[in-house]
Amino acid sequence: MAGQGAQGTTGATVLCGADGIGQAEGLRAVLDVLCPMHLVIDTAGDVIHAGPTLTRLRPAGGLLGLPFLQIFDVDRPRGVRSVADLMQPERGTLRLVFRDSPHTSFKGCLVPMGEGAVLNLSFGMSILEALKDYALSSSDFAPTDMTVEMLYLAEAKSAAIEESRKLNLRLRGAMVAVEAQALTDTLTGLANRRALEQRLTRLERAHGGFALMHLDLDRFKAVNDRLGHAAGDHVLRHVAQVLSEEIRIGDTAARLGGDEFVLLFPALQDPAQLQGIAGRIIDRLCQPIPHGAAQCLISCSVGIVVSGDYTPPDIGRMMADADRALYQAKHEGRGCYRFFRP
Amino acid sequence: MHGLVNRAIQCFVTDLHGGEAWHDVARSAGLDSPGFDAMLSHDPALTRRVLDAVGQVLSRPEAEVLEDIGTYLVSHPNVGALRRLLRFGGENFVDFLHSLDDLRDRARLAVSDLDLPELELHDHAADRFSLRCLTGPPYRTDAPMVGFGHVMMGVLRAMADDYGALVLLDHSGSGAGCEMIEIRLIERAFSTGRRFELGQRVG
Repeated sequence: MAGQGAQGTTGATVLCGADGIGQAEGLRAVLDVLCPMHLVIDTAGDVIHAGPTLTRLRPAGGLLGLPFLQIFDVDRPRGVRSVADLMQPERGTLRLVFRDSPHTSFKGCLVPMGEGAVLNLSFGMSILEALKDYALSSSDFAPTDMTVEMLYLAEAKSAAIEESRKLNLRLRGAMVAVEAQALTDTLTGLANRRALEQRLTRLERAHGGFALMHLDLDRFKAVNDRLGHAAGDHVLRHVAQVLSEEIRIGDTAARLGGDEFVLLFPALQDPAQLQGIAGRIIDRLCQPIPHGAAQCLISCSVGIVVSGDYTPPDIGRMMADADRALYQAKHEGRGCYRFFRP
Repeated sequence: MHGLVNRAIQCFVTDLHGGEAWHDVARSAGLDSPGFDAMLSHDPALTRRVLDAVGQVLSRPEAEVLEDIGTYLVSHPNVGALRRLLRFGGENFVDFLHSLDDLRDRARLAVSDLDLPELELHDHAADRFSLRCLTGPPYRTDAPMVGFGHVMMGVLRAMADDYGALVLLDHSGSGAGCEMIEIRLIERAFSTGRRFELGQRVG
């Protein structure tokens, strides 16, 4: 507890006068309570008294009777080599470090007294280090010292910040989910027009080129008119399923709306491979699609462009040309694919 | 009501009675989302509905539920931060009791929009105290927290345990916006209590 643990009664030379010894002891008892991390040095620079908290920091090394400069390194003011240097006026705030492990650093304030001096120390910003090195409790600090309040605040604020951090994480998760929704066609789960545009922009700059297929269903309107929108939606989901199965990982299948779809194939421009893919898709979509008791009959026309035909690749032109190839396929009997060659 | 209050109720139900119980509470109170965010504020009427629902789901009187929430907040491992923050209040249980006068300010220092009821500790003898909790109008008109005295009963019980003190507590009822807790300190050092070092978490 502050107020106990005062050490040593030697070195009364610090205070002069008839009642010197009694006064010195009285003052130390006061300082032990008000400044439990103070110490008193004599003319020679030896420690003749230390407050209870400072004493507790050095159970083995000790303080009493040792030269002050043997215990502490003086970081500031610079160039202190003797106690006489320390005693200079205008010394400002002292920066001290224990010479031995754990090399705790202190702020200090020195006041000459008699022929010696009183130094009051504080951990300053090294308090967090000190808490790791020493088992400190609030009784180690003067009741008026704000250190304990500051530690309370630091701990309370980090708890509050932790809660805010968790909230941020939850919000970010929600944002990612919303963004994913914003890029997805809700009926089919394929990419939507916005997602397609994002990926095209990325591909425009990518090495290795890419292929783009524009698909349009044949006779889809008839399914809608004859069997209703539920059947139409069912067909669109079936088409999405087929497209997802026929493309590679890393390719993109997007629904532009209605019965229009676009497929993107990064790093693929080989006509034979593209023909294979388009052919399989058309074959599968020509199969009747059961819906309840009814059979939905559609097929699909495809226009294909590859980026290698354009220097530099121009997405606007490629989309328009794929559309032209698609209409050529429609004109030439539907259920087939056509390449566009610029 | 501050989200921390609602979140505390939610964590109490979930940690001690299970996610299923909280699910029932949320449904019975008509909550839109399954959980509260600690750092957002909600309509005070919502807290009222949630507490009513907790009482129903757990089939227990509200005073008991509130006291259990107080105990939970201090003693459950999932909310260890609060116990430590309260222990900053003093070296021993009597110091801690005196620090309750500042509890509202301390809470506000930590979370500026958390507005807890004003508490007043009165000393009657070295071992007899009373705690006035100003929870309703005229002291609190905007956001009354009637019943907070019961929460404090739980907090005091758990903190006495933490300090190793033996106390008798009595919630002597509420009137005119004020709840009164009588505290008798039977034994200051009844058990060793739990250790508290300033630096356990910081750094």
